[in-house]
Amino acid sequence: MPLAGTGASLKAQLRRAERMRKLRAFALVLPLLLFIVVTFVVPILDMLRLSVVDRDLATVWPHVARSIGAWTDRSQVPPPSVFDALATDIRDSYRARTLPLAARRLNYAIDEGRTLVFTTARRLPETSADWRATLIGIDPHWGELATWAAVDQASGPLTSFFLLAAVDRHKTADGHIVATPSGQAIYVEVLTRTFKVSFIVTLLCVVLGFPVAYLLATQPPRRANLLMILVLLPFWTSLLVRTAAWIVLLQEQGIINHALIWLGVIDSPVRLIYNRIGVYIAMTHILLPFLILPLYSVMKGIKPSYMLAAKSLGASPTEAFIRVYLPMTLPGIGAGALLVFILALGYYITPALVGGAADQMISYFIAFYTSDSVNWGMASALGAVLLTATLLLYWVYDRLVGITNVKLG
Amino acid sequence: MSVSEPLVSFRGVQKTYDGEMLVVKDLNLDIRRGEFLTMLGPSGSGKTTSLMMLAGFEVPTHGEITLAGQSLRDTPPHKRDIGVVFQNYALFPHMTVEENIAFPLAVRRLPKSEQKARVARALDVVKLGALGARRPGQLSGGQQQRVALARALVFEPKLVLMDEPLGALDKQLREHMQIEIKHIHDNLGLTVVYVTHDQSEALTMSDRIAVFHEGVVQQLDTPQGLYEQPRNSFVANFIGENNMLGGTLEGVDAEHCRVRLDDGTLVEARAGCGDGAGRRVSLSLRPEKVELEPQGEIANRLTARVKETIYHGDHMRVRLDVVGNDDFTVKMRYRANRVVPKPGDTLSIGFAARDCLALDAPH
Repeated sequence: MPLAGTGASLKAQLRRAERMRKLRAFALVLPLLLFIVVTFVVPILDMLRLSVVDRDLATVWPHVARSIGAWTDRSQVPPPSVFDALATDIRDSYRARTLPLAARRLNYAIDEGRTLVFTTARRLPETSADWRATLIGIDPHWGELATWAAVDQASGPLTSFFLLAAVDRHKTADGHIVATPSGQAIYVEVLTRTFKVSFIVTLLCVVLGFPVAYLLATQPPRRANLLMILVLLPFWTSLLVRTAAWIVLLQEQGIINHALIWLGVIDSPVRLIYNRIGVYIAMTHILLPFLILPLYSVMKGIKPSYMLAAKSLGASPTEAFIRVYLPMTLPGIGAGALLVFILALGYYITPALVGGAADQMISYFIAFYTSDSVNWGMASALGAVLLTATLLLYWVYDRLVGITNVKLG
Repeated sequence: MSVSEPLVSFRGVQKTYDGEMLVVKDLNLDIRRGEFLTMLGPSGSGKTTSLMMLAGFEVPTHGEITLAGQSLRDTPPHKRDIGVVFQNYALFPHMTVEENIAFPLAVRRLPKSEQKARVARALDVVKLGALGARRPGQLSGGQQQRVALARALVFEPKLVLMDEPLGALDKQLREHMQIEIKHIHDNLGLTVVYVTHDQSEALTMSDRIAVFHEGVVQQLDTPQGLYEQPRNSFVANFIGENNMLGGTLEGVDAEHCRVRLDDGTLVEARAGCGDGAGRRVSLSLRPEKVELEPQGEIANRLTARVKETIYHGDHMRVRLDVVGNDDFTVKMRYRANRVVPKPGDTLSIGFAARDCLALDAPH
């Protein structure tokens, strides 16, 4: 059969022949794909949505949300129609018992916001000819621009409030973005601390894990397997148990302090826990296998003949190691370090248990906003900032190391 | 130092890995300056271990190795100045071809310009001039082999060791590279120690071959010497094709001897065995030296039954049953009017006394 001119039909034939195979392959990955979409992609998108969507106030105070648009001259308080709407909404929501929702939302943005809303609701008269005067009379805060700026920003449906707060910024009444005063700013520091702790833990893992991986890769199989079990042993224990074990070991009357005193290294117990040292020790221990395993599998693939060749060509053992062996392990170090770093960024339990107040990482605050104060907007915004920072770092890493040079096994 | 003095010499060298079995037993071997010496033997015969001891990667458990008159006992591998080409090339995958070849020069801290010139020259020698910027992974097996060769030659070592360097190549490329390596050896005047289990490779390339078996050098000789004067039946069987016939020695007369075959026939042969009547011997007969249906005067005649004939283009192989050996092969030159024997036929074979070598029977 001539091939010229039949290209299209040949392609069609190929497609038909491959279709069944492709469908079957797709059917096989479908369960996992659905699982990932449902448990991973959807929650992440939902979290990102929660960090910018702000409907609480608009639901409870619909009139205010609708009429606040009439506030065009930002140099003075809104026109009377907005005050009328506010009075109606406060009265309605007080009766419907939905007022706490609005109070909580305003409390995020204004100091004493909750008190302001509840006081106003309680003292609100049935009727008034001039709601503006009446409301300002009840609480002078209603005559302040900052209060109204907060109401405006909380009226949704979208807001930058949480994201800005997550990087210690807020919007002023006239729409400028300014830094939060240093007394109240915490998240930038927490984020920096999170990255710093993760970086140091990664570094410790590389320094401690490299010799172990090398030992594992160079021992005869029987001994290597035994050592491998020792490396994996912590994996088979719950994270909580391992962290608790460190509390026992590191406390002031713990084994390590006693041993150091007995050996004469120190005279009195050193504080090893509820501070940064404890966090580094416990996190490094827990994350070490994630560095050792990919590094081991890369080292295992490096044939001994490379080192022999380097030596036969005149390189001293040290030089052969630096020029030949080390560069060949870089994909493993890269993979392990990336894995440890990204896992460390999200650590929560371990720093919470062995760290002090100044050692808490960003996950702690995310957990706090999710379960303690039920401020989902803030939790989501912190999560989004962490995700963005991580992706940014991944991009930089890809640029520097090249993600194709990373080998997980 | 005189020219005749060996470059390398193994003196009473032994090696054991487990303290129970000797992988190399009492190795005594001199390697001359400028020669191409092959260590040939089946796997596990100790040839690679001997090479690795020379390179410094294994330590002899007994005996001494000297290079240019100096004992190598306390010299670590990187100070021996010996180039090694490994079986799987061991090219550094994270370096380009040029960086690979420059490696021995870089660790010797040669000036950059000198390095560049030498790398270019080495690439020329192995005919890879244009591929300097590639990575080993982007090269074919044959090209990788050439890079490994260039890298082992570029620092002008006293000695080049090659450990089955052509093992991973296909037959055609292997034969081509054999000739090429031989030419490089001749042109550069290198001393090469080559390890292989392929006897045809050894015959093609070597000045001398050391045949290893069970940790002992069975024979050290030129290719021709090994083929025509094998010292024992292992060498006779290992080098080239060989037919064996068992018999008892009747008497030796200078270079000739008479052997009584197991069916009672008396055969005249060259004596390659010890003296003494009644001794068990093996007669070694090369397939191309045996004639079918010989015409005229010939020293020895035997009766054979045809088992099988195999067509090989330029010749025919006839498998015969001769005095109890049913794997006796004879090469028959193909001629137009020649009658091809059929399985089951009985015919006579003949061979000259000088083409039949009596060796001590294997234990």
